[in-house]
Amino acid sequence: MIDFDALVRQIEGLDAEELRQWIAEHWVRAEESDRGFFFHEVDVARVRLICELRRELAIGDEAIPVILQLLDQVYALRRRIRRLCEAIEAQPLELRDAVRTHLAQGRSEDGK
Amino acid sequence: MATKNPYEVLGVKPDATDEQIRSAYRKLAKKFHPDLNPGNKQAEARFKEISVAYDLLSDKEKRARFDRGEIDASGAERPEHAHAGYGGFAEGAPGERYEFHSAEGMAPEDLDDLFAFFGRGTRGNAPRRGSDLHFALTIDFLAAINGGKQRVSLAPDRSLDVTIPPGVRDGQVLRLQGQGAPGRNGAAAGDALIEIHVTPHPVFRREGDDIHLDLPVTLGEAVLGAKVTVPTPTGPVSMTIPANTNTGRVLRLKGKGAPRPGGAHGDQYVTLKVVLPEGGDAELTRFMREWASQHPYDPRRGMAS
Repeated sequence: MIDFDALVRQIEGLDAEELRQWIAEHWVRAEESDRGFFFHEVDVARVRLICELRRELAIGDEAIPVILQLLDQVYALRRRIRRLCEAIEAQPLELRDAVRTHLAQGRSEDGK
Repeated sequence: MATKNPYEVLGVKPDATDEQIRSAYRKLAKKFHPDLNPGNKQAEARFKEISVAYDLLSDKEKRARFDRGEIDASGAERPEHAHAGYGGFAEGAPGERYEFHSAEGMAPEDLDDLFAFFGRGTRGNAPRRGSDLHFALTIDFLAAINGGKQRVSLAPDRSLDVTIPPGVRDGQVLRLQGQGAPGRNGAAAGDALIEIHVTPHPVFRREGDDIHLDLPVTLGEAVLGAKVTVPTPTGPVSMTIPANTNTGRVLRLKGKGAPRPGGAHGDQYVTLKVVLPEGGDAELTRFMREWASQHPYDPRRGMAS
């Protein structure tokens, strides 16, 4: 984990006041302690992403929370799908084959 | 891989203005940004191509050299992003931090509904091992070095004392066997997986199992040598500073670093920093004026001008 100042130093063009605003608006989570804010690796990557969305892709501040919320849902779903796959992977071969066959059928029906 | 013509990659004419190039880049980047297209290798490759093209065309000098044929499109290949993308974290357990954070008001059940259909139509009551549960625990720097017990709340009505092994690292995951979700019909419970996060310390820095520390010393201590007290994570120890020691000199306190599994320890490295008296000192200034004029030396000898 790194602290607030280290994060501001690490990311070029990141404004401390803006970062405080993002924390207040729940765009980024920070651990709060009596020595200020601390950030996990995932938080640092998220701050970087927000910077890229705003600066490089010129996405407006009113659209950022919409994007973040949808992204959070996509990643949550992907984590669940992964867990589901792990669960299937742990099953006997017969069951895994049945699942695979079922999925393949579903796909050809979709393709009609 | 042959690099494509950057104008074609961005879909702009060779005489496009900077604004047209920027706008074309933004349009494509919005579509193909890898964090907005998790798991899509094609989007990732496409984004890389777009970034390389934009890197070249957004730089006046590089663009001019490319137009004159002095460099080819690959001449501007920029290094890979030095940092991992957001998706790399968000896909794994760390991403759970954001599950119900920005999407406030959305209850966990909403997504767990997805799995609920599994119960339907299955008549069998076969024993099934409980699933593993993931938790995060934040501890302070010294607790990570020295170990100890910490209480973790696993659920609103259930908490657990976790033994922190001395020397635990930031990001390490502890597995508590049988503390996960209960099994079905007599099967074993799952495990609780606890990811440890360590807050930084104001004085100590940890690199692997070694501890680094900057130690301020007086001018007198640096010139004459001294015995000083140095903080270590397990308490203060005394250390000898040899006479005539410069700022930046690193002294090693063997075995004063973080414990390693198996009983060994890392070392503590102390970097000395000479500190002049606050606000200056008239006598020192007088002495130095005299001394400096009679003892010239050039510490910057050999530096490029």
